[in-house]
Amino acid sequence: MKKKIILIVDDDMDYLFQLKVKVEGFGFETITAESQKEAESIIETTKPDLAIFDLMMENEDSGFILSYKIKRKYPDVPVIIATAVSAETGMTFDINSEDDQQWIRADQFLDKGIRSDQLKNEIDRLLKKE
Amino acid sequence: MAILKILVVDDEPGIRSGVARIMRKFKVDYPFMDEHVDFTILEAESGEAGIDIIESEMPDIILLDNKLPGIQGIEVLEYVKKRNYDITVVMITSYASLDLAVKATKDGAHDFIPKPFTPQELRSSIENITKRIFLKRMTRQMGDQGKQIRFQFLSVLSHELKAPINAIEGYLEMIKQRQMGQSIEDYDTVVDRSLERVKGMRSLILDMLDLTKIETENKTRTMELCNMESIARNAIDTMNPLAIQMDITIDLQAENNISILADCSEMEIIFNNLISNAVKYNTQQGNVQCLLKMEEDNAVIIVKDTGIGMEKEDAEKIFDDFVRIKNAATKKISGSGLGLSIVKKIIDQYNGHISVDSEPGVGSEFTVKIPSVNKI
Repeated sequence: MKKKIILIVDDDMDYLFQLKVKVEGFGFETITAESQKEAESIIETTKPDLAIFDLMMENEDSGFILSYKIKRKYPDVPVIIATAVSAETGMTFDINSEDDQQWIRADQFLDKGIRSDQLKNEIDRLLKKE
Repeated sequence: MAILKILVVDDEPGIRSGVARIMRKFKVDYPFMDEHVDFTILEAESGEAGIDIIESEMPDIILLDNKLPGIQGIEVLEYVKKRNYDITVVMITSYASLDLAVKATKDGAHDFIPKPFTPQELRSSIENITKRIFLKRMTRQMGDQGKQIRFQFLSVLSHELKAPINAIEGYLEMIKQRQMGQSIEDYDTVVDRSLERVKGMRSLILDMLDLTKIETENKTRTMELCNMESIARNAIDTMNPLAIQMDITIDLQAENNISILADCSEMEIIFNNLISNAVKYNTQQGNVQCLLKMEEDNAVIIVKDTGIGMEKEDAEKIFDDFVRIKNAATKKISGSGLGLSIVKKIIDQYNGHISVDSEPGVGSEFTVKIPSVNKI
């Protein structure tokens, strides 16, 4: 069976590398980008099976912008937004209310400190749903 | 705040219409205010009606009679104070009831107007209150802005401090779980990157210390004659080990005896940051030139490198807090994003000026001018 492809975007090269190693360890193939801009050009040509976006990159809402763009091009690709925002600013996001679901086009929000096995569960769950 | 609402609570219709008449054409001017203040008058014939208007209109000032048909004026005052409303309350009362006056003052009434009062007494009382409200709101606004900036700074700071910890923790986890393989060589990059992040964090902490120094030194700055050439020389010596590694030469050209009256430790911070940037963001076998000269009444420092340079829109941002230009060329260079903002803060303190001229792939040139009104 062909390996599923996961697009990972984060402007912290170390976090990106660690996530890449982790996700490859789960048995997926990865494509990585270090900026919203780079990710946008990848999305133009490549359809991943799932995408994981950091929230704050060049823009404070880069993750939202990327979610919006990828969902417009490939409505069936599940999106995870990985963020450390809530712990730092007290801002919380939730995509359980219908209001939020309309404008935030992500399927799941995860804290960056998430454990490997939880991350794997979430990825498996989203891929199965598809 | 061009219009203030005044609520008159009095059961005598004559008093209410009297106040309305006296205030109708009254305006208050104040040198610090852009515009004069007008008043609108709201009326209530009882304490209960007054409270309704307080809730619906939120007046700025209340003129309050104590003897009312239902609840007493003093109870209306308590109502306002209990809820911490930003309303200035003036009791309209006769001199006779001293006890009441004492209690009302304790409860936070701002002023008393004796009844009956003359138009002049009312106007002068309102004028004073208006000025006081204006100053209070100004102060609060400025305080809020200060707090806002501080809060933003702290939240970015916590992000900047947490990012390296997360990265290092992630790498340690990888090592612990042998994710990269069984031999120690498999972890060379992981260890190198961890060390790099530790370095970045240390430089952030050192820059934070510089910032605190600037803030406290605003009060305790020790001014002395600083020899700019020897400070520049020291900064260059400090950076030399890294410069040698990258095969970079640093030249210093200085006019004779450029000394200014300043806090020398702050001048050191300026040179350390500019010269270390010129080395860090340089290319192999590059060059750094440091020029010192007098130009009219300014000491001029120019630090020029043959490094990676930057785009114009990036150059406009680099003196802000925590700004780091992220691209392929800067990816592996660690820094706190505070250095140049600190340099700028210091230069501002001396009424000086800093600017940058840069071209990607060619290099950057920073020019600092510090007035040497104090030059000896």
